[in-house]
Amino acid sequence: MEIPYTTQPRPDTGLYNAKVGIWLFLASEVMLFGALFSSYILLRVGAEPGFWPHGWLNVPVGTANTLVLITSSITTVMAWASLKMNNFSKFKFYHACTILFALTFVCIKSYEYHDKFTHYEVALANGKFVDGHMKENKLVMKDGVLTGYAVFSGHEVEERSHLYDLKKHHTKGHEEVKVEAAEIKRMDTYGPWHNTYTAIYFTLTGLHALHVIGGALVIGFLWGPGSKLFRTDPERFTNRIEISGLFWHFVDLVWIFLFPVLYLL
Amino acid sequence: MSDAHAPEHFSHHVRRYLYVFYALIFGTVITVGASYINFGTYSWNIAVALVIACGKAFLVAGYFMHLISERKMIYGILAFTAFFFVGLMALTIWHYHDFPMFTSTH
Repeated sequence: MEIPYTTQPRPDTGLYNAKVGIWLFLASEVMLFGALFSSYILLRVGAEPGFWPHGWLNVPVGTANTLVLITSSITTVMAWASLKMNNFSKFKFYHACTILFALTFVCIKSYEYHDKFTHYEVALANGKFVDGHMKENKLVMKDGVLTGYAVFSGHEVEERSHLYDLKKHHTKGHEEVKVEAAEIKRMDTYGPWHNTYTAIYFTLTGLHALHVIGGALVIGFLWGPGSKLFRTDPERFTNRIEISGLFWHFVDLVWIFLFPVLYLL
Repeated sequence: MSDAHAPEHFSHHVRRYLYVFYALIFGTVITVGASYINFGTYSWNIAVALVIACGKAFLVAGYFMHLISERKMIYGILAFTAFFFVGLMALTIWHYHDFPMFTSTH
C-alpha cells in the first residue's frame, strides 16, 4: 500500500504529512523542556540567598560545545540544500560532518560530566570545607571506621557559601590539600544528588544529550543505509532529511538557552 | 517553504544560511562577553543574555527551520504552543509574588 502525501502536499494542510507530524512533535518538545525550564526558575528563585552556584561550569568548554552544535546546524541545512541542488556527494559530506560534530558534542559533555563526578566537597570537623578533585585516595573503611587520608587539588574555605561563588572567593589557583580521615565529617561529589543546581543541571543537559544522541542515530541511518532511498525516490528522501534537520535545529535551539542559563548566569 | 526551487535558485539560500551561521557565532561570542560585564544589577545581566539567546533562536527557527516562510498550518500549531509556553512561564513567575497573607516576602 502506498503511504499518502510523503512528497505531495495534502490539499487541506498544504504540506506533506511528515512535516505536520514533526512540528506537532516539536510542539510537545517545547512543553517538555518548558516544564524543566520552569523547574529551573522555581529552584533558582527559591534558593537561599548566596546559595545558587556561579562559576561551577567551565565556560570555555561550554562555549566550544555551543560552537560545535551551531556548526552542526549549518552542516545539516547544507546537507538538505545539497539534495535540493541534486548534489548527493555533497550531501554525504555535510551529513558526515553533522554526525562527527554530534559525537564531538557528546564527548565534550561526557568530559564535563566526568569532571563533576570526580569533584568533591568535603565538610571538615572544624567547620571548614575542602573542595576539589581527588588526586590521591588512601581512605579505607575498616569496621565502619574511616581511616587513612586523601589529597585534593582545590581549595579550603572557611564557609560553605564561599564555594557558591568561586569567581568572587577564589582568585588564586588550585593548591594541594591533604585531608585526614578523622577530619572528614561528610564528603560527596558534584553529581545530581549534590544540590538542586546539579540536579537540574544534569536533568536538563542529560535530556538534551539524549536528544543529541537520538538525532545523531537518525541522521546516521539516513546518511548510511537509509540513503539508498535517494536512488528510487529522491524527493521523499530529501523530505526525510528536512524532517530530521528540523529536529536537529530544535536541539540546537534548546542549547542556545541552556548555555547562558546554566553556564553564564 | 516552497519545495520546488531550481538548483541555481538555491545558491541564494546557501549564502543566506552562511550569513545566519556567522551571526550565530557572533551571538555566542557576544553572549559570553556580556556575561563578564556588570550591567548594574544581576537582573540586567539575565535580561541581556536572554535577549541575545532569543535573537539567536529567531535566526535558527526563522532561517534554518524556514519559519519565516512557512504554511499557515505550522503557524497555527506554533501559536498554540506559544500560548501554553507563555502561560507556563507566566504561572511560574506569578508564583514568586503569590504569598499567603501575613507571611514573609522575598
